[in-house]
Amino acid sequence: MDKKERRQQAYQRLVEKHSHSSNFAQGLFRAFWVGGVICVIGQCFADLARILFEFTDSQAAGFAGICLIFTTAVLTGLGVFDKLAQYAGGGTIVPITGFANSVISPALEFKKEGFVLGTGAKLYVIAGPVLTYGISTAAVLGLFYFLYGVIFP
Amino acid sequence: MKKLSENVYKVASPVYVSAHYSVVGKMESEGPLADCFDERIEDEKFGQETFEKGESQLLITAARGAIKKSGIPQSDFGAFLSGDLENQIIASSMAARVLGIPYLGLYGACSTMAESIVLGSFIMSAAKEKAVLCGACSHFCAAERQYRFPLEFGCQRTPTAQWTVTGAGATVLGSRKSAIRITNMAIGRVIDMGVTDANNMGAAMAPAAANTLKSLFDATETTPADYDAIVSGDLGQVGHDILLELMEERKLPLIKEKYFDCGLMIFDREKQDVHAGGSGCGCSASVLNGFFLRAIEKGEMKRILFMATGALMSPTSSQQGESIPGVAHAVVFEREEESR
Repeated sequence: MDKKERRQQAYQRLVEKHSHSSNFAQGLFRAFWVGGVICVIGQCFADLARILFEFTDSQAAGFAGICLIFTTAVLTGLGVFDKLAQYAGGGTIVPITGFANSVISPALEFKKEGFVLGTGAKLYVIAGPVLTYGISTAAVLGLFYFLYGVIFP
Repeated sequence: MKKLSENVYKVASPVYVSAHYSVVGKMESEGPLADCFDERIEDEKFGQETFEKGESQLLITAARGAIKKSGIPQSDFGAFLSGDLENQIIASSMAARVLGIPYLGLYGACSTMAESIVLGSFIMSAAKEKAVLCGACSHFCAAERQYRFPLEFGCQRTPTAQWTVTGAGATVLGSRKSAIRITNMAIGRVIDMGVTDANNMGAAMAPAAANTLKSLFDATETTPADYDAIVSGDLGQVGHDILLELMEERKLPLIKEKYFDCGLMIFDREKQDVHAGGSGCGCSASVLNGFFLRAIEKGEMKRILFMATGALMSPTSSQQGESIPGVAHAVVFEREEESR
């Protein structure tokens, strides 16, 4: 190992000594209760749909998703969602709310660059990778599932 | 201009600070330094349609304020040196378009305020100008959308991350005698100790700050005790702590009561959720012009060492995993009756 590398490693240790990391237990607790509440709200939407509109289970799940996305859109537009997310972390990112926010926030932000090069081009700037790899993974797994059906009919 | 060492200069033909002006946004107006700033503007777009234009307006306001305060006619200004954090430093260029003073655009990230004063002093000495205007600005919203995520995107910041200051500062350098004189300057070397985390800029900049401080102390044969204040631009809590330790290693320990970081001063870290502190060109620019130069003028401080620090990464280099080049430029301001 040369001198420069050794100096860099020594400095890295100094940086780590002074850089506090996030409070893990606190983060876990906040994510758990906010995320939990969001899931309960989603469940309420689904149950209401089943009781009021006599939806089937899969219809009700779709309805709950739409309601959560709509609520996120409103909260994002009002500038509340990012404050909630700063508090809750994974609690708001993991449910469908996080995905909705990641599409809505660039849509709002890049409006000034126009509908084509702004909103249109930047809409999936955050959610893009999730879509790319989510859809690719689904396709690959679908292929395996199909082959499994062919081999073991 | 007399060269004292490889990168340290003594300003031989006097360069004075004729006027200084600072403008800040809403959050900075709620911070502990609120009363120091010349103007506080609540509207985050400063009456413009976009954040970028708003940021430019911020700089125009600071520049005009400083020119007016100096009483020097605008035609006497030989140059306007300024920079900001936006792509292609558009905020400064748009300001220069309005001001009409011969313009040199600078990019030194958050070190821009010191960079502009260093270069401004060189121009003053070389061309015997009557006045040169130096400035820098940054805007939280404009920086955020360019470097990180859309404003309304919900994600957590790490504890080492810093908050870009919405603010601008402008300093008029003049040849006519005033209460503040620029005596020594150091041009920083780029130092990179391998920090790649763009959310820990303080750590990336601290080694450059230590390097600049040491060369300035050595060349001018001074120690930290010779200054009423040693001011770093935006090292934040992490960089502040690291710099203290690095200076101790270099046998030039900083005196804690006399060492200030603009990033730590501008916000109340307990009440305002800014994590490691403020950052951005506007951070050191507004605190220097709003607080420290005022303190010298009032006679509360006689000699200060102002060192603005810059993390010179780009979003592209960060994504490519490149480590962050850090830089720090320093300027020594002295109250006039003492320096004679």
